Amino acid sequence: MKSLAELKAIRDRARAEIDLRKENPNAARVLVGMATCGIAAGARPVLNAFVEEIAKRGLTEDITVTQTGCIGICQYEPVVEIEIPGEDKVTYVKVAPEMVPKIVNDHLVNKNVVTEYTIGAISK
Amino acid sequence: MYRSNVLVCGGTGCTSSNSLTIVNKLKEEIERQGLQDEVNVITTGCFGLCALGPIMVVYPEGSFYSMVKVEDIPEIVEEHLLKGRIVTRLLYQETVEEDTIKSLNKTAFYEKQKRVALRNCGVIDPEKIDDYIAQDGYAALGKVLTEMKPEEVIQTILDSGLRGRGGAGFPTGLKWKFAAANDADQKYVCCNADEGDPGAFMDRSVLEGDPHAVLEAMAIAGYAIGASQGYIYVRAEYPIAVKRLQIAIEQAHEYGLLGEDIFGTGFNFDIKLRLGAGAFVCGEETSLMTSIEGKRGEPRPRPPFPAVKGLYQKPTILNNVETYANIAQIILKGADWFASMGTEKSKGTKVFALGGKINHTGLVEIPMGTTLREIVFEIGGGIPNGKKFKAAQTGGPSGGCIPEEHLDVPIDYDNLLAIGSMMGSGGLIVMDEDNCMVDVAKFFLEFTVDESCGKCTPCRIGTKRLLEMLEKITNGQGTMEMIDEMEELCYYIKANSLCGLGQTAPNPVLSTLRYFKDEYISHIVDKKCPAAVCKNLLEFTIDKEKCIGCGMCARKCPASAIAVTDYTAPGKKKPAYAIDTEKCVKCGACMETCKFKAISKG
Repeated sequence: MKSLAELKAIRDRARAEIDLRKENPNAARVLVGMATCGIAAGARPVLNAFVEEIAKRGLTEDITVTQTGCIGICQYEPVVEIEIPGEDKVTYVKVAPEMVPKIVNDHLVNKNVVTEYTIGAISK
Repeated sequence: MYRSNVLVCGGTGCTSSNSLTIVNKLKEEIERQGLQDEVNVITTGCFGLCALGPIMVVYPEGSFYSMVKVEDIPEIVEEHLLKGRIVTRLLYQETVEEDTIKSLNKTAFYEKQKRVALRNCGVIDPEKIDDYIAQDGYAALGKVLTEMKPEEVIQTILDSGLRGRGGAGFPTGLKWKFAAANDADQKYVCCNADEGDPGAFMDRSVLEGDPHAVLEAMAIAGYAIGASQGYIYVRAEYPIAVKRLQIAIEQAHEYGLLGEDIFGTGFNFDIKLRLGAGAFVCGEETSLMTSIEGKRGEPRPRPPFPAVKGLYQKPTILNNVETYANIAQIILKGADWFASMGTEKSKGTKVFALGGKINHTGLVEIPMGTTLREIVFEIGGGIPNGKKFKAAQTGGPSGGCIPEEHLDVPIDYDNLLAIGSMMGSGGLIVMDEDNCMVDVAKFFLEFTVDESCGKCTPCRIGTKRLLEMLEKITNGQGTMEMIDEMEELCYYIKANSLCGLGQTAPNPVLSTLRYFKDEYISHIVDKKCPAAVCKNLLEFTIDKEKCIGCGMCARKCPASAIAVTDYTAPGKKKPAYAIDTEKCVKCGACMETCKFKAISKG
């Protein structure tokens, strides 16, 4: 180890893994429906896409991605709910991995709900 | 990038209840479900709640599974890890509240704790240096080497008020200051990991759960006092700790965090391991150094103190594992942060190993000044089977017993000394009404008699005589004069022994004499052991009115001491049995067998 910068580089690389093990009550939560219906509709790649995207942007400390069970709207799976403390819960439906970067960028980072992916827009 | 982390405790406690088999089964099941790229299984250090082991925590949910069995793993993997349905039935039930699950940190065991020395235990993989670095590991060493002068490091430690966690509570900064002031071509930094007190295992847990914290702190100490070589003296009875230390030292070398020219500053520091062979006296500083030198572990007279002439006659500092575990945090967060915790004269936190008659056996870290009542009844979950608290023993064979009347004393170094015990390394053994205090004193004396190295007479012969008197008392041959004789001998041993072992050996006797003299008197005058522990004072009797004459006890008795009588109690069909006290060996087998509670001891 020749410099502090080198140490910091290792730290930043390793930190995302460790952040997962911390409980941050103020973190935003991304809940991916992973019941049988969700898995069948392709929720797993979506879940993994969220994990990757959030790690890539270094947001692991402020956002947790977890799986949840079926919330009853199986025809709209994969369903993803986003809870930001102090704001209304937003439900995205028929989510595909390609949609994930936009949801992370617009909603989680810039706080603009991606209305066209939400249950309100799609069920109309 | 993994979406889920499964942490399984790989400390000694959970390992002994098979946590490593659980890890293997987990990996196997995860692979079977095709989750190996999504779920990471990590073996960590101790979580502290050893009574509920094996322990497994799943993140990001923070689900705390306790007493995990291998058979439960397929269900947990399929339900929780694949489908996201937490298996509530297998969780630590205190975290389950009606239909919600509380955070582990909100349970009685963890809520009052403040984890500084144990902050990484149960969080990181101790065999991965990257995990430690992710938790700001080695940042303190970097800061010290690039931004601070050695004097500033020592001043920070002095200002923090950190005192030695190994027992005596000597200010750590002062120790470093003395060693730094002595010029020498070579100085040494040593780590005392020879944790020998019965019931104490915090040092083992730090070494097993966060070994790099110790390495980093030793390097910082080396920089502060001008030493380039460190030694860790660790018990050979701690194989997991030794293995993880070896791995940690290797990894630190690979990253250049130990070795030459660390951070390009020209500072060199290296660490070697020395395994202790299990002699209690080698936890004493001068004996430890003598043992590292390859000689028989015996204490040396002080002065000269180790800061002047220690290992190989060179200026040396020796700190305990838990002390080191605080150092990097103090450097990073500042002396004021550390000094803001604790009491006026004892700063920071202290780890206690809870054992004995307590529900939550395990490891807890609390701010100094927490009361014993909070530790035993809130964090520790109280006494099992509704029994009554009698005393808590702190400080192992060097400490004493704290009776109920002192339960509300805020625990720190000075308060414990004032009530006749001591902090020691932090073993805390809880005793209930079934413990005989004379027997407890005898137990610790037996230990010190065994472990006395024999170099000085007061310790070698004094403790032996003391033990003989205790044996007489517990055998019913004691006299009232013995109490005074014992007390006198205690003070003599304390005043004249060469090292800490002898100087503190009489403490268990003195403190039980101070608070439980009535028990000694019962043994001597009434020839009775009030807690019914001392066998020679026990008498087993059968209540002839309750005995139904089944004869089970007579069949179980190994000494054929039970025979049928000619008395039949009213309402019973068969004659009662009776015990011949001359033949009775007081094993208690009859009492265990009797379904009608007709047999009592006392």
